[in-house]
Amino acid sequence: MKEVISANQAVSYAVLAAKAQVIAAYPITPQSSIVEMLSGFCARGALNAKFINVESEHSAMAACMSASVAGARTFTATSSQGLALMHEVLHYASGLRLPIVMANVNRALASPFNLKADLTDSLSQRDTGWMQFYCESGQEAFDTIIQAYRIAERILLPVMVNMEGFILSHTYEIVDIPEQKDVDLFLPPCPPRECLDIDNPSMFGSTTDYYINFRYKMHQDMERAKAVCEEIGADFKKIFGRDYGLASSYLCEDADLILVTAGTIAGTCRVVADRARDRGLKVGVLRIRMARPFPGKQICEYLKTAKKIAVIDRDFSPGCGGIFAQEVKAALQGSASHTPVYEFIAGLGGKDVTDKDIEKIIEQTRNTPNPGDSTWIGLLK
Amino acid sequence: MKKKYSLKSFDTLPITAISFLTTEGNETGEWRSQRPVLDSEKCSRCGLCWMYCPDNAIQAEGGSFHISYKYCKGCGICAKECPQNAIVIEKEER
Repeated sequence: MKEVISANQAVSYAVLAAKAQVIAAYPITPQSSIVEMLSGFCARGALNAKFINVESEHSAMAACMSASVAGARTFTATSSQGLALMHEVLHYASGLRLPIVMANVNRALASPFNLKADLTDSLSQRDTGWMQFYCESGQEAFDTIIQAYRIAERILLPVMVNMEGFILSHTYEIVDIPEQKDVDLFLPPCPPRECLDIDNPSMFGSTTDYYINFRYKMHQDMERAKAVCEEIGADFKKIFGRDYGLASSYLCEDADLILVTAGTIAGTCRVVADRARDRGLKVGVLRIRMARPFPGKQICEYLKTAKKIAVIDRDFSPGCGGIFAQEVKAALQGSASHTPVYEFIAGLGGKDVTDKDIEKIIEQTRNTPNPGDSTWIGLLK
Repeated sequence: MKKKYSLKSFDTLPITAISFLTTEGNETGEWRSQRPVLDSEKCSRCGLCWMYCPDNAIQAEGGSFHISYKYCKGCGICAKECPQNAIVIEKEER
């Protein structure tokens, strides 16, 4: 059924459709409306889940972890400082190989205080062993949550589904909410796995000198997750007709210049790419959807025709640069390509990244012979 | 599930560290630097020490209580809680 809803509401409907059994969360802007709605579903009996009000995000993740290790399908949502407070427990959840799904509504980290979109919150959790997806629309947010459970329960690693605060989380657009029977077909109940069992007592995550082995198993499964995500994506397409891939390309096949970004900036990039094509410039757009595991090979394949690459980051690592730019450069280093990568930092703290900004980015990339330091868009004169 | 795992090779390891031992095997009494000593003459058998002990190191047997030095870490909570001052803390001599 098609409804006009916000992306936050789309996430709540997806968790309802996924039949989560335990939800533990602490409110934080701009995530709050996700768990408010879920709390309503639980109170009305629409969702047969235990909703746990906790005193912090650290406890929210600890509660999800405990429920997950007992075999329940779990969910939480957070943003920014809340995600940062969870940091320690994120490592525990992935190390215990728990298929927890979390929505993170990207918001700038303080200080200075800012409630709006910025991907640095989740990207600074990229080494925690969580898979990470970045969405562009409310529909994709719904679909990715449903897919996330399938992927997490197959790979036995947690999944973080990210979307930009306000720009996406609070934007109302048409979302096709599928029939429950189709969701059930795609996402069967949480498959039986080893979990706590009072008849067979055991301790998970116990002290071990075999640590490096467990880390390598995690690495192997992260690598395997790329193919598994493609396979599950294909299965999803069969039932629902929509396909997202690990990255989504637009006019990249013959492009001389490819704009690379994540999240909602990609939509504006595509409009600008169309205009550039009208002027005879072969511009393409690559939106990175999956950041962990990082699909480097697939991304290099999409970028292979480009003579120049411009990465637009709504995030940055102080003293290094745009985070996606570093990832793309690292992936290219492993390929035969020596395509120059131009780095642009734009839209931090929710600042709008306009078509004019992207046109400027294209001009600068075309007219500058060698990429220098990152260029910051939208600074005061 | 115990049987299918072993530490012999990478492939037979589980995906996360799992221990099938219980904490009975973890003799935390070795950590103790001070020792609670219970005077059973003064003890009123109220059971507060047994209730408060965070390590389950005080055992109730036949209506009286005794301290298991195999597990007692010497935290002193029992001595603090005892309304009869029947538990005193002494230096652990090893």
